[in-house]
Amino acid sequence: MNRNSRMVEMSVGFFVLLAIASLFFMALNVSNFKSQSMNSPYVVHAQFDQIGGLKVRSPVTMSGVTVGRVTDISLDSTTFRATVSMEIDGQYNAIPLDSSASILTSGLLGEQYIGLMPGGDMDVLQSGDYIELTQSALVLEDLIGQFLLSQGEK
Amino acid sequence: MNAIELKHVSFNRGNRVIFKDVTMQIPQGKVTAILGPSGTGKTTLLKLMTGQEVPLSGEVKVLNTSVPNLKTKALLALRRKMGFLFQSGALLTDLNVFENVAFPLREQTQLSEGLIQNLVAMKLQAVGLRNAAKLMPSELSGGMARRVALARAIALEPEIIMYDEPFTGQDPISMGVLVKLIRELTDSMGLTSVVVSHDVAEVLSIADHVVILSDGCVIAQGTPAELEASGSDWVKQFLHGNPDGPVPFHMPGQHYSEDLVAQ
Amino acid sequence: MIKLIERIGRSTIAMTESLGRASLFLWMILVGLNTFVARVSDVTRQLFNTGVLSLPIIMVSGLFVGMVLALQGYNTLKDFGAEDALGVMVALSMVRELGPVVAALLFAGRAGSSLTAEIGLMKTTEQLSALEMMAVNPVHRVVMPRFVAAIVALPLLTLIFMSIGMLGAHLVGVVWLGVDAGAFWGQIERSVDWHEDILNGMLKSIAFAFAVAWIALYQGYESIPTSEGVGRSTTRTVVQASLWILGLDFVLTALMFN
Repeated sequence: MNRNSRMVEMSVGFFVLLAIASLFFMALNVSNFKSQSMNSPYVVHAQFDQIGGLKVRSPVTMSGVTVGRVTDISLDSTTFRATVSMEIDGQYNAIPLDSSASILTSGLLGEQYIGLMPGGDMDVLQSGDYIELTQSALVLEDLIGQFLLSQGEK
Repeated sequence: MNAIELKHVSFNRGNRVIFKDVTMQIPQGKVTAILGPSGTGKTTLLKLMTGQEVPLSGEVKVLNTSVPNLKTKALLALRRKMGFLFQSGALLTDLNVFENVAFPLREQTQLSEGLIQNLVAMKLQAVGLRNAAKLMPSELSGGMARRVALARAIALEPEIIMYDEPFTGQDPISMGVLVKLIRELTDSMGLTSVVVSHDVAEVLSIADHVVILSDGCVIAQGTPAELEASGSDWVKQFLHGNPDGPVPFHMPGQHYSEDLVAQ
Repeated sequence: MIKLIERIGRSTIAMTESLGRASLFLWMILVGLNTFVARVSDVTRQLFNTGVLSLPIIMVSGLFVGMVLALQGYNTLKDFGAEDALGVMVALSMVRELGPVVAALLFAGRAGSSLTAEIGLMKTTEQLSALEMMAVNPVHRVVMPRFVAAIVALPLLTLIFMSIGMLGAHLVGVVWLGVDAGAFWGQIERSVDWHEDILNGMLKSIAFAFAVAWIALYQGYESIPTSEGVGRSTTRTVVQASLWILGLDFVLTALMFN
């Protein structure tokens, strides 16, 4: 009985540990958990003519490294352009003010994200600033055109 | 002095009448046997006494407490004074013999572990199975399981103990052991024992008082000698196990000759 | 016509009655939770029965589901030249749907049926009545620990199922079919949301565990105490639990991902 119940307790312990290991694995490797906790993030905005399939929580990257996340998308009622707000991790606090933002697609059918291209200004982006230079998302027609072209070449 | 008293008890299950106007007394400190053919609701009778079933009408008194209208708490308190031996033993299959006997002590008392160990050893010793303490219920024979269940039933030192068909399916030796145990426990602990059974010979050998039930009624009641002397043919047939008599061998219906086709 | 109305009426009454009994049963379990502290060792034992003993089937199934998803996904995505999205595809289907649902279905079959059979058998062998006679509430001693254990076990099993499934997808996608490991895992990290996908998946899993435990224990507790009756209750557990899992999944998906 004693030995038996020790075996039960050990295997239950092992089971729980395995589940916790799985939780860590899912958190760190199979989700954006790592990039969710940002150090004192600051918010910048950018206006685009066309945001395509950009969504809240889409990543903001710089040279391919995720530096932030889209937090809000709205339509400016006077200019009729899309205003995108994004949170940037506080550790990237020296992004030049004249950097440009473009909406890119990962892969042909992949999701859309914002890519930041650094400028040369000495001033840096601060909370609440607007990124002036923006490049819109590829419109659907262009994508279809590209797709047809690649089919035609086959 | 009666430990249990039933007065004009009726009980129906669905539309079927199980008991009509049953009155009986079970004297304290004695072995009372409740006998009757299979299917006369003997187990139901025990359930009425333990409050697991509620009678349609009539009075059920156990230890001078009226059972049917007891509140849950009072009922549980009353049940602590009753031990119940189920037909199958009903040991908890996930606990070993020791833990099964210790179970009521752990659940109902705040005794120290050492005291519990001693008490369990004493109860197992009483049924002769102290050395089986480490076995699981699945490793016991039917007779041993019943003895362990008996040890569990007396763990809390009840005032009344009820046996539901304790002899069914037992070999002669286990049967003899159980008969002896019931008698000894009753005498040594001053228990009131209620034995429900249809094994007439075994029960009569230890019973001080006998109640015979049939068709939901009490047919006869008294000491074994009194019943033996009673003139009723039915009682005689039942006590001696004659195949034919007031309870016919052939199921009543149309006559045999009508079913035989004339060649 | 009158017969039809009569029959509808009768089944409505029967349904309401069993729903009422099941709710009362659940209520008794919840009341029993206050004896939880005294029953921790029982809960551990039941975690072993429902959780640890379900591990093999959950792990093997997880591995195969992940591998099959990767294989199927690869063949489809290859046509669009989007093999890199394989990881995302597998991860999202795993985390949002297949993980919670398949793990719950397996759990209903493996643990749910054995819970029903065990309790039904305890009823058949009068163990439940024996507890009652010892002034112990069988719902507290027998049902509550199993209920708690099932609700803890299934989410844990689901996590393990998902992780192993992802490893299976990695084996097929990256090791065998040659998808770039960086693209495979990188895209997953960027596209699978911790809150929206994984936590919601776990919420689903808890809801399924609740349904399976409730159905399995109720069926066992209310089973007819014969071997035939217990067999029928066991079947009913698997059928009802599976239907409830799939139905709940639809409702929860509609609520969570819209």
